[in-house]
Amino acid sequence: MGEALAAPRAPSPHEATPLLEVNNIEVVYNDVILVLRGLSLRVPRGEIVALLGANGAGKSTTLKAVSGLLRSEEGEVTRGEIRFEGERIDGIEPDRIVHRGIFQVMEGRRIVADMTCLENLRLGAFTRSDGEVRRDIDMVYGYFPRLRERTGLAGYLSGGEQQMLAIGRALMARPKLILMDEPSMGLSPLLVKEVFGIVRQLNRDLGITILLVEQNARMALSIASYGYVMEQGKVVLDGTAEALAGNEDVKEFYLGGHGAERKSFRNLKSFRRRKRWL
Amino acid sequence: MDWTLLFQLVLNGLIVGTLYGVVGMSFVLVYKASQVVNFAQGEFLLIGAWVCWWLLTQWQLPFWAGFLLTLAFMTVFGIVLQVVVLRPLIGEPVISVIMATIGLSIFFQALMKWMFGVFAQPFPPIFPADRVEIFGLQVQTAYLLSLGISIVIMAGFAWFFTASKHGLAMRATAFDQQVAQSLGVSVPKVFAMSWAISAMVSAVAGVVVGVVNGASSGLSAYGIKVFPAVILGGLDSIVGAVLGGLIVGVLENLAQYLDAQWLNWGNMVQVAPFYALILILLVKPYGLFGTRNIERV
Repeated sequence: MGEALAAPRAPSPHEATPLLEVNNIEVVYNDVILVLRGLSLRVPRGEIVALLGANGAGKSTTLKAVSGLLRSEEGEVTRGEIRFEGERIDGIEPDRIVHRGIFQVMEGRRIVADMTCLENLRLGAFTRSDGEVRRDIDMVYGYFPRLRERTGLAGYLSGGEQQMLAIGRALMARPKLILMDEPSMGLSPLLVKEVFGIVRQLNRDLGITILLVEQNARMALSIASYGYVMEQGKVVLDGTAEALAGNEDVKEFYLGGHGAERKSFRNLKSFRRRKRWL
Repeated sequence: MDWTLLFQLVLNGLIVGTLYGVVGMSFVLVYKASQVVNFAQGEFLLIGAWVCWWLLTQWQLPFWAGFLLTLAFMTVFGIVLQVVVLRPLIGEPVISVIMATIGLSIFFQALMKWMFGVFAQPFPPIFPADRVEIFGLQVQTAYLLSLGISIVIMAGFAWFFTASKHGLAMRATAFDQQVAQSLGVSVPKVFAMSWAISAMVSAVAGVVVGVVNGASSGLSAYGIKVFPAVILGGLDSIVGAVLGGLIVGVLENLAQYLDAQWLNWGNMVQVAPFYALILILLVKPYGLFGTRNIERV
């Protein structure tokens, strides 16, 4: 009996109280533009959950609704509720949400360009008042050794290093949940692999729950345990990562929704273009 | 040429310049953190000096007690001003915010005249000796105090913005408010804090000038003198504000020398910084350290 209880944690998102629960929310921008129309999702503790969808489906909006950053963009959750550890967090100030343990790594890295690497990391620990900041900086350098050597301004880092710094900065806050918006954006395939490897490692080592928004769906599903597919502000499909990866519709969705021909044409074109420039 | 006078004026210029630098820093701080051009900066000096004068003369407090009480009062004053007047204006056009700060400037000037009268009032003597001699140059003791305090404030700013987390948060807010929010920084609190620091630091300068020249409505002129200093330095650079302040301080004293020796116009000390201001705007509108894309208002 005891062994059954100690069995590996269930990947099911339907456990009693998930870490994050989004129930049927509607988000309106500028009082008129309806972006999310009844979106629901659950992120169980300790899991990586992927949120997939085309451009403009509302993925980033979903993350901003959770982190509260919508408000600085004239957006508002007008219906539904967002619960974190069972408590409602929709409508509270974004800085309070960070204090509760949700940290968003925004799209495009958004590191503070006119500060050094180290200052960016220390800024990540803004919500903390314990004396272990120094130790955590060393931990971040452990995951991203190349950041240790960068002493100049963060604005001069390469795209990959900036992404690492953005993730490192999130770790400094010791969050329970990281909302990660397109960590692969603008990175070379090799770097994408590296960054995703580290994301998985963080989830395993530190037990940080991650809600991951990605265009690179294949990569995202390879590290996630569960996934949601969004379209026009709603979840249209969800399932375990394996089920989604094998789903015909999802395969088509990866391919741009217009079959294999167009995809190969696109790839060919961009491949040629790249070759010419290189 | 009168070398002693020249040296004396350069020294005075540097001492007054550090004061301009301090006021300039607090002006830039508010501009950087909350994008407000504060035309009521000079009134912070004015209010600080009058409050301190009132505490010292009417309540007979010892100088340091009155001084510290003044600083505490100005900190609260800065926060209240931000919350009551400027917070509701967030998101309004720049011109509305400028009008509001000009309105504040007029209002507080009039209020101070109404409460304390129109005549300059001397501070009670604070130092046993009025002047000391350094390398053969006469220096007012109060100016030495001013120099000391200014250097302490500048060192404090340097520490605050590089070592303390609230300073880092303020820089992050100046860089990108949404990023700051995503890190758990409360942007309204940063705004209030920047106004509190700005009011407090300006009040220090106000008290120092008040000790030298007496408390009078002339103090708000420092708020105007700050413009050549910060524009020379670059509107959004704190280091630039200090350098700009020093340059303006020396410049106006050299202008006075020029005036006294040859021109005899009698007003160069007042006007020279503004000639410089016009020149800077023509030649280098972003100042020595300013970022190129700052908003022009």
